[in-house]
Amino acid sequence: MRALIIALAAAAIALPAAAQEKPVELKKAPGLDKVEGNCSGCHSLDYIVMNSPFPNAALWDAEVAKMIKAFGAPISDADAKTIADYLKQNYGS
Amino acid sequence: MFTRRHLIKTAGAGLALTGSAFGLRSVETAAAPIDLPAALPEGVRSNAMLDALPGKKPLIKLSYRPPNYETPIEYFRTAITPNDAFFVRYHLSNIPEVDVRTWKIVVGGEGANGQAEFTLDDLKRLPAAELVAVNLCSGNRRGLFQPHVPGVQWSNGAMGCARWKGARLKDLLDKVGLKKEAIEIVFDGADSPIIDKTPDFIKSIPTWKAVEDTTLVAYEMNGAPLPHFNGFPARVVVPGWTGVYWMKHVTSISAVTKPESGFWMNTAYRIPLGRFPVVARFTSQETVGNTPITEMVVNSLITNPTDGANLKMGPVVIGGIAWDGGHGIRTVEVSSDGGKTWVAATLGEDLGRFAFRTFSYDFAPKAPGKQTVMARATNKIGQTQTTELIHNPAGYHHNVVHSVTFNVA
Repeated sequence: MRALIIALAAAAIALPAAAQEKPVELKKAPGLDKVEGNCSGCHSLDYIVMNSPFPNAALWDAEVAKMIKAFGAPISDADAKTIADYLKQNYGS
Repeated sequence: MFTRRHLIKTAGAGLALTGSAFGLRSVETAAAPIDLPAALPEGVRSNAMLDALPGKKPLIKLSYRPPNYETPIEYFRTAITPNDAFFVRYHLSNIPEVDVRTWKIVVGGEGANGQAEFTLDDLKRLPAAELVAVNLCSGNRRGLFQPHVPGVQWSNGAMGCARWKGARLKDLLDKVGLKKEAIEIVFDGADSPIIDKTPDFIKSIPTWKAVEDTTLVAYEMNGAPLPHFNGFPARVVVPGWTGVYWMKHVTSISAVTKPESGFWMNTAYRIPLGRFPVVARFTSQETVGNTPITEMVVNSLITNPTDGANLKMGPVVIGGIAWDGGHGIRTVEVSSDGGKTWVAATLGEDLGRFAFRTFSYDFAPKAPGKQTVMARATNKIGQTQTTELIHNPAGYHHNVVHSVTFNVA
């Protein structure tokens, strides 16, 4: 019994955080596919909603640039522009 | 949202049950909206929800991955924060489950005379030290910044206070011996980025801080193993300093003779030089314009009544907690006239200079209606809270005097 409890407890902590993750639905608009495809690999998309709607266009540009330059996100120039435009249109000030 | 009974149950579990750190996954996720401060960005107010990570009570979920969950204000009515309600903060999304049978800390580096490895049993064989200390995210209350700054939009709950038990970091360093040129001690943990090009989360502290008696490698929190999401099996505890240095799941401790560089040192977690009344200096990392964040600034939080509460006409107990960067709290004063006059509150038990200090004040409203009450803490070296936000790009050190407005009728 004790072994079972320990095993169950171990299983509980073995679940990665992602096991809890429910889908974060962003606004349906042009560019959403690029946002989902390029951003959600490293972080959940609630980061975007949480940081809105206060960023102006320059701040969203800076955030996308930070993901590429500081965090090494492999995003093409074309996709980066699409993503920044989507964020400005849908989650900007 | 939280009933009193629920809170009592929670507090008891976190303190008393060793197994609670590994408790089975809680299924109590409340669907009710959370009452978050109106000053937060609209996005976080609509996005945040109560959600329970494995082994945790429902906390305020700001982001799933990396997991950033803050502690609801109800848990701050006592000086000790229960393990299963303690906030969760990660920078990187790859958070492995640590197997204690293979986990170890490698201590060495080019600033050390040798190298040694410590298993969890090895750590426990070193002399044990115990202290109560606040672990507070540098960006706690970032969401309350005006104008807003990007980052995790924390409200008041990216903090907690626990009784930590572990080995003294200096005892680990003594085993390898430090060269006299060793200027910083660098920490790495088991968590890692999703892609190789993302900088791993690595932080250093000055050697003088690392060898203080109070700097620990802790393997117990409130008498229980650390919860997975708070750094199991061991984390660095740097009392007085903000949480960024308290490396979770620590696997590597290296002495270096040159300042540690990298994104998390050179770019992140910096504050403008000379703007904040901090005493501790991290001189090997200072530039002409900025410096790494070091100790917490003096601060307080009113935990009851909550903002917007509707109470019966009559005496109201104003309660809360105060803390600072390790000098200790001298006074907490309360004002009910917009800051014109202040009256000393009664301080609760002193759990040490690094701990939350509870306070209470019996307030007698003069007439029914809206009441606004403010609290202001002063530490033992005379530092007090600011009335105007010291704005900085990353949103650190928010210690503006907290106020709550409630109604008596």
